[in-house]
Amino acid sequence: MIDITGIEFKNPTILAAGIMGTTGASLVRVAKEGAGAVVTKSIGPEPKEGHKNPSMIDLGGYGFLNAMGLPNPSYPDFRDELAIAKKDAGTPVIASIFGGTEEEFVAVAQGLLESEPDAFELNVSCPHALGYGASVGSNPDAVETITKAVKDAVDIPVWVKLTPNVTDIVSIGEAAQRGGADAVVAINTVKGMAIDINSGYPILGNRFGGLSGHAVKPVAIKCVYDLYTALDIPVIGVGGVYTWEDAIEMMMAGASAIQIGSAVYEGLEVFSSVATGIENFVSEKGYSDVTEIIGIAHERI
Amino acid sequence: MYPINVTITKVIKETPSTRTFVFDRHFDEAIAGQFVMVWIRGVDEIPMGLTNKNSITVQKVGDATEKIFELEEGDTLGIRGPFGKGFTLPGKDERILLIAGGVGTVPIAHLAEYASSAGICMSTILGARNADELLFVDHFTSCGELHITTDDGSAHRCGFVTDILAETDIKAYDRIYTCGPEMMMKAIFGMLEKEDALEKTEFSLHRYFKCGIGVCGACCMDKQGLRVCKDGPVFNGSQLIDSEFGNYMRGPSGNKKQF
Repeated sequence: MIDITGIEFKNPTILAAGIMGTTGASLVRVAKEGAGAVVTKSIGPEPKEGHKNPSMIDLGGYGFLNAMGLPNPSYPDFRDELAIAKKDAGTPVIASIFGGTEEEFVAVAQGLLESEPDAFELNVSCPHALGYGASVGSNPDAVETITKAVKDAVDIPVWVKLTPNVTDIVSIGEAAQRGGADAVVAINTVKGMAIDINSGYPILGNRFGGLSGHAVKPVAIKCVYDLYTALDIPVIGVGGVYTWEDAIEMMMAGASAIQIGSAVYEGLEVFSSVATGIENFVSEKGYSDVTEIIGIAHERI
Repeated sequence: MYPINVTITKVIKETPSTRTFVFDRHFDEAIAGQFVMVWIRGVDEIPMGLTNKNSITVQKVGDATEKIFELEEGDTLGIRGPFGKGFTLPGKDERILLIAGGVGTVPIAHLAEYASSAGICMSTILGARNADELLFVDHFTSCGELHITTDDGSAHRCGFVTDILAETDIKAYDRIYTCGPEMMMKAIFGMLEKEDALEKTEFSLHRYFKCGIGVCGACCMDKQGLRVCKDGPVFNGSQLIDSEFGNYMRGPSGNKKQF
C-alpha cells in the first residue's frame, strides 16, 4: 500500500484522465485489470461533444496525436457514472474536472461531491480546448486562484494537472502549491500537429492537438524532476509510461505514482504488468519499500 | 498510422439511399465485420464497414455521409484501418445462418462473400424497408435458402426478418451472424436467448466512435465496459447479456440516448 495525499493505493499505477473514463463501467473494468486508482474523463459544466474526427491518430510506434475537445456529459449527468465507479471499482476514483473560470471549477467540483470521489484532479492543461485547459493553466495567477477556490469549496484532496506547453512548468507548479494543491500531476500532452501530404489538410479535426506516448517520456521525466526539486507536495508522473522500467524511471525522477494513458492501446493488462514489475524490481534491488526509489536520481550527482 | 490516401475508381448506386465507393487500394488483411475510419477531409471521419477488400457502402444519414455522396470517380478519401474484431469465420463443414437488415447488410454481405469463396453452405434472412432498398441480394446465393422480407411488402414477404426467424430451425445451424438496426437485433437476441443459442450467435454493433482504436472509451458499453471499436464491433451474443444493448447508447458527449 502507498499513500498519496492521504489516499491509499494498492499499487502506484493510475489510469490517466481522458482514457476509458467516460462511463462508470469502463472505469471499473480498468480497476479490475489492476490499476491502483482511476481518473475519470475530464468533466465540465455543460455537455460537450468535442471536436470533429479524426480526433486521435497513431503515429506508428512513437506516440499518438489527439484532439478530443473535452467531450463530456456535464457534471449532472456524470454523477451516476462516478457513483458506479465508486461502488464497484475497489480502488480510489479521482474525478478530473475542468472549467473556464474558478466559478465553473467550483460548480463542477461541488456538483460531483455527492458521488464521493476520492480526490479531484483539476485539468488546467488540455492543449487544444479554447478557453479551457492550458488556456487557463499557462497563467500562474489563474492556476493559483482556481486551485484555492476548489480547495476552499471541497474537503477532499485536490491534484492539479500541469501542461508542459509553458516556458517554465515549475512556476505553474509553484502556483498550484500556493493555491493549496495537495499534489501536482505532470504532464499533459505536448502540442503537436500532423498534415496529410496528399491533400495538405491537417489530419486532426481540430487541426492541432496533443502528443502522447513514447515520444513524450523524456519531456515528462524532466518536468517531474524539476517539479520534485521545487515543490513540497507530491508529484504524480504521467507521459509515455508503457513498462515497469518506464515507471521506475519516472519515480526515480521524483514521481510518487505514475499514470498510464496511451499504453492502454497495447492492452489493459499494462496496469498489472507495470505494477508487478515495480514490485519485483523493488524486492530484487533490496529496497525496503517502493517509496525509497522516489526522487533517487536527485541524490546521484 | 496516418490515413491512407485512396482514389475512388467507381461509384455504384445500390439503392436510392446507398452507394458503393470502390477505391484503388485493397485492404487484403480485412476480415468481414472489421471496420475502417473514413476521413472526408475538412468534414469528419466516420467508421464504415468494408463491403469487400476495396470498397465501402454508404447510406446517407448525416453531414459526413452526405459529403461522401458528392464524391465522384477520381476523388480521394483518407482511410485508417482495418480496426476492431470481425466475425469468427466459419469452418468448412459448418452450416451458417445470416440475418441482415437495411444497411447492416454490408458486413454480412462481406462475410457471405467469404463463405461463398470457401464453399460454405449458408442460409440468409434479408430484410429492407422496401423493394428498392434491398442490398446485395446476389451475394447470398449459396447452397442454403434465401428469405427476403420487406416492411411494406413491395418485394417478397411483407414483414420483418424476425417473422422468418420464428419459422427457422435454429438447431440446424452451427453459427448465426446478424447486423442491422439495433431494435431488429434486440428482437433477434430475445428469440435466440430463448432458444439457448446466444453462444453461437454474433452481433455486429454500432456506437459513436471518437478515437476508433480503443483508447478514449467513448464507445464503451454497460455493464462490462466493452469497447465497441476494439473489443467489437462484433460481439458474441453471450457478451451482450445484461448489457445496454437494445436499451440505449451514448452520443458524442457521452450522454445516454434511449432507443
